[in-house]
Amino acid sequence: MAKSLASRFARVLSGQSRWLVTFLFCLSASVPVYAQAVDAENAKVTLALATEPPTLNSAVATDTIASFVLAHIMEGLLVYGADGELAPGVAERWELDANGASFWLRESARWSDGKPVTAHDFVFAWQHALKPSTASQYAFIFYPIKNAEAVNSGKLPAAELGVVAVSDYELRVEFGQPCPYFLSLAAFMTFLPMREDVVEHWGGRYAADGDKLIFNGAYVLDKWVHGAHLRLRKNSHYWQADTVKISEIDMPYITADPSAQFNLFRDQQIAIAPLDTGLLNEAVERGFDIEYFHTGSLFFLEFNFREGRITGNHSFRKAVQRLIDPDLLVNKIIGLPGIKPAYSLFPVTVKGNDKSFREEYPVMRIDPDIAAARAHLQEAKIELGLSEWPPLVLLAGDSPRALQEAEYYQYLFKKGLGIELRIDQQVFKQRLEKMRRGDFDIVAAAWGPDYDDIMTFADLFASWNDNNRGRYDNPLYDRWIRLAQGSNDARTRFNAMAQIQRLVVEDVPILPTYENGALYVQNPRLKGVRRSIFGGDPLFRYAWIEE
Amino acid sequence: MLNFIAKRLLSGVITIWFIATATFFAMHAVPGDPLTQEKAMTPAVRAQLEARYGLDKPLFDQYRLFLGNMLKGDFGISFTQENRRVNDIIREHFPISAILGVAAVLIALVGGITAGSVAAYCRNRWPDRMVMIAVIAAISVPGFVIAGLAQLVIVAMNNAAGKTLLPVAGWGSVSQIWVPALVLGLGTMAYLSRIMRASMLEVLSADFNIAAKAKGVHGWRLFFHHQLRNAVLPVVTELGPTIAAITTGGFVVELIFAIPGLGRYFVQAVQQLDYTVIMGTTVFYGAFLVLVVVLVDISYGLIDPRIRLHRGRS
Amino acid sequence: MAISVFRFAPKTWGDADEVEAVAPLPLPSMASPTVILSALMVLFLLLFVTVGPLLWKQSPSQQWLSQISDGASSAYSVRIVSDNGAWRPSAKNDLPRGLTVHAANTEYVRLHWPKLAGVERYRIYRGDANKPGLGLAMADTGDNYYQDRLQLSREVYRYTIADAETGLLLFAREVRPEPAMSAFEAQLQGLIPLGGNEEWVDIPAHPLGTDALGRDILARLMAGGRTSLFVGVVAPLLYISFGCIFGAIAGLMGGWVDQLAMRFVDFVVALPFLLFMILFRVAFGIGPGENGIMPLIVAMLMLSWPGSARLIRGQVLALRSQPFVEASRIAGVGTSKIILRHMLPNVLPMILVAFSFAIPQAIFTEAFLSFIGMGVSPPTTSWGALCNDGIKTLLSHPRQLLLPALLISMSVLAFNILGDALRDATDRRSGVVRA
Repeated sequence: MAKSLASRFARVLSGQSRWLVTFLFCLSASVPVYAQAVDAENAKVTLALATEPPTLNSAVATDTIASFVLAHIMEGLLVYGADGELAPGVAERWELDANGASFWLRESARWSDGKPVTAHDFVFAWQHALKPSTASQYAFIFYPIKNAEAVNSGKLPAAELGVVAVSDYELRVEFGQPCPYFLSLAAFMTFLPMREDVVEHWGGRYAADGDKLIFNGAYVLDKWVHGAHLRLRKNSHYWQADTVKISEIDMPYITADPSAQFNLFRDQQIAIAPLDTGLLNEAVERGFDIEYFHTGSLFFLEFNFREGRITGNHSFRKAVQRLIDPDLLVNKIIGLPGIKPAYSLFPVTVKGNDKSFREEYPVMRIDPDIAAARAHLQEAKIELGLSEWPPLVLLAGDSPRALQEAEYYQYLFKKGLGIELRIDQQVFKQRLEKMRRGDFDIVAAAWGPDYDDIMTFADLFASWNDNNRGRYDNPLYDRWIRLAQGSNDARTRFNAMAQIQRLVVEDVPILPTYENGALYVQNPRLKGVRRSIFGGDPLFRYAWIEE
Repeated sequence: MLNFIAKRLLSGVITIWFIATATFFAMHAVPGDPLTQEKAMTPAVRAQLEARYGLDKPLFDQYRLFLGNMLKGDFGISFTQENRRVNDIIREHFPISAILGVAAVLIALVGGITAGSVAAYCRNRWPDRMVMIAVIAAISVPGFVIAGLAQLVIVAMNNAAGKTLLPVAGWGSVSQIWVPALVLGLGTMAYLSRIMRASMLEVLSADFNIAAKAKGVHGWRLFFHHQLRNAVLPVVTELGPTIAAITTGGFVVELIFAIPGLGRYFVQAVQQLDYTVIMGTTVFYGAFLVLVVVLVDISYGLIDPRIRLHRGRS
Repeated sequence: MAISVFRFAPKTWGDADEVEAVAPLPLPSMASPTVILSALMVLFLLLFVTVGPLLWKQSPSQQWLSQISDGASSAYSVRIVSDNGAWRPSAKNDLPRGLTVHAANTEYVRLHWPKLAGVERYRIYRGDANKPGLGLAMADTGDNYYQDRLQLSREVYRYTIADAETGLLLFAREVRPEPAMSAFEAQLQGLIPLGGNEEWVDIPAHPLGTDALGRDILARLMAGGRTSLFVGVVAPLLYISFGCIFGAIAGLMGGWVDQLAMRFVDFVVALPFLLFMILFRVAFGIGPGENGIMPLIVAMLMLSWPGSARLIRGQVLALRSQPFVEASRIAGVGTSKIILRHMLPNVLPMILVAFSFAIPQAIFTEAFLSFIGMGVSPPTTSWGALCNDGIKTLLSHPRQLLLPALLISMSVLAFNILGDALRDATDRRSGVVRA
């Protein structure tokens, strides 16, 4: 009786008996096998991913997770080496001149099905990424190449792109404008090769699953269960497979929750876990080694310069500049070591002539001063002919830190300037849409470098840049950018950049707040993992496990 | 009986249409669209994308197109998970939510029925009071707090044992099901044990129970055959809403325990304004709920001989 | 478990013959100690959020930057220090023999140590003096001095300087920072006038400590409770009223109107509740400066009314065929009078019961939505939003999650017990025997 009752219940519960079968199967068939953080015997590392890569199609991928996976499973003309330097990848050697670049490919480079990697694979990949029908967000990164913009907007056929395969193993690129940083572009994920036959075969489904793409990097994607599990295995066809020491990277957890990742780390289930403010003390108390690295991205407040916005007033922006102290924000509110207060448009990681740009061209630092801020505000009031300050809108993201930051600004504005700052907290897409439409007074924004050159930050506020959400329009700024873009001479370019840096402090089109750093804990037996801004992060290509 | 089922199914189909329509227009009322991206794109690229997803057509045409595709069972391609079909997303991730949900309902049922029966048998003695206190605690503490604390407890346990007794998060093995399922089912378990207690108390004082006892039926046979079978009815009535709530409400548990269920995808899709995934998951969940309710109605008739469905509505 | 909002769903009194209603629990009568205790609890919570702020006058939005995530503290005096982000030892400072502390207060700790041959980069660790281990690696530097400004509090720290390359420990020293506040903050809070040169100021007590932005937790619990209880009472009031009117019209009109109305109710009931709450919440959006309470209430109104509509319609249908109503109608009593005289007194207790069960539901719904970041918008806060803030620091400051969670639990519990007792009482009064 009990049995029949139970089975009736089961029928009621399961709705469709298929689920019940799945469930019972799950109960009986799977034996608990726990992943182990690092396994020296099998040279295996277990990790958690924050999200799953939205796509692994290198032509359209934009996010850091895809960049991380692609850096392991694909190899471009150049790669970033163990110390973050540019190193030969598929290209054995290269020449860069004012009008273009030539790459000579190694004949030993192979796809995971054994076929050689040829110059045609690069020509196809780049043309493919630029086709309007591909709709790649990163198409603009090809624009220094001759005709790239015209191909991307559909004015010219893809074949007109200034890239030719001189032979199977020689690639020639023609520039449309000077591009002294092209080598670092050649290591970027959108520049990775693609196999025409594979892309054609899968069409729109290319790279949608693990079996729908082909690899030429150190690893192959061995397993991809959406939303749950990715696994990389050493690629035996890789041309220097003998230098790859970690043979398996297993990612059986996908969770964006730092606490969940930290718990997994503490439980010895994963080898690396990110930390946030709330977890820091706990990690310290457990005696974990806490490490951090500069992610190269800049966080800032962007003012709206559109018609009729108070934020277009220079004195007002000066007042805000004297009020908001990046040092205070970083030390008191964010409270994480490794995050640096920002005073310049260019983070300290931007390269200069020989050293970092910021070492060569120090930035002027403005100290906070409430009295000065109020004086500036008074000027602004007179200039704008206002008797009373209307409330201003601060557009902010919905992450915990973004919200905390916004509440802090709200308090500062109220107490320091007597201005009501209204927080407009929006989820990602709506925030972007509002930024695009200019539906804000001030927006808390961020910018990460796309390629390893100062220009990735500098041209952001040129009047023609669509990512200039505040529509800042300063002929002087534009002139310095044009000068730098038209020049191949490093000194000329960096001098122009120094002018830009000064202009940003004086005219305050944006107010830099902090340079982001990432804190993490790592299993002490895992060595040589490269954390970096460019070329995939974290990179296990050069890592090893200590016995 | 057939007539009844046909009627319920027809109203179910209309319900699904209603859900689909409400979702469609609510979703399109949100400012922005799924194509909005971090990096500005050229008008040519944007036009291409709009054409690919049919966003260049007037809203009503999009609606008609969507309804047509929905009838064919095709929800299109996800905007954010490029190259993935919404159907695939549902097919791959719903079973996970379902397994979690079924486990949660099982735990809730077994726990609820046992606790409720025990409480009723020991009316006003200490087991009864214990159960009622546990019920009150489970009902009053928000689920997200319990989920967070549960993780803390697991970690503390594993640390004390020096090895992994229970995994903290993740999905793929049996041991990873029970804790999140328990957390998910706890509230329902408490609710069901209250109902079970009440209905068991009633059964214990009912005539047929006394008659059965007088006939000499005793022990487990009395319990299962006479008492449980009758007392469990109100619990079964609650099953429909319970399954509905658990399957659609599991996403906090899914988030905290890193379980790749469908609920997590829905929340993500809403934040990313992924039109196709939002539509797909809502309609799917709607259909699922309608089906569950119909099934529960029918099963109710099967379990209780006193109720005959063909009696219908008066 | 996340679906707590469904738990105490008021019974959906369906068509009488379709679903059998659940027997009422033998619950304490109105005067039992449990009920009195619950009533007192509700009273306490109401007083806490209304009278509380009058007694505890701290502003829930005041951010004490010098007391971020502080534990419970009584009032104390702090020294005003002028802060300057950049610091380096001046040339006139003698070369230190060992690890020298040039200044130690809760705004900055300034360390200076002798340069050692062969060490290129130093790593500075900061740890709790009472605990083993080096603590947190603060920075790597090539200089032989360092200024620590990172969230310092009034505890004893141990600073350790190590060789960054080899990990060799070079110097260590314990430091107890003196309570201080930067001149900038003191000016910002209005504690000293601009350009003033006071040396000490008093800062108030925080009996429950402060949160991650240095705000007084007690004041925030009071402010958050106002939102939570407001939503918890107003939303059910609105949707039950709407549901009652809808159900009453359907029941009174009967015929095709009733049929149509009830089908519509069926559709709304079928909408997946949380999914649509989230969807509506995003669709309505929160404009800048809005507190987000209205969209929340509207979304709840749109999704939660059918329960009471069904309840009332069923009652009205049942009452309509009662002899005393029939008799009144035959006697020529007007419809409005019948409604007022006969219908209302009979359905009112039921509405009250539904209402008392709806309050904890609404509190839970609000808490849940705020918890996933889709609730109220700052500076407005609620218990759910406080939980959301608190869960991030669960490991280091569990208080920040547990206190608001406790208040949510208390209110839900109290309203549930009151609802049970109320239902019990009305059942007895009206003599309704269900099941």
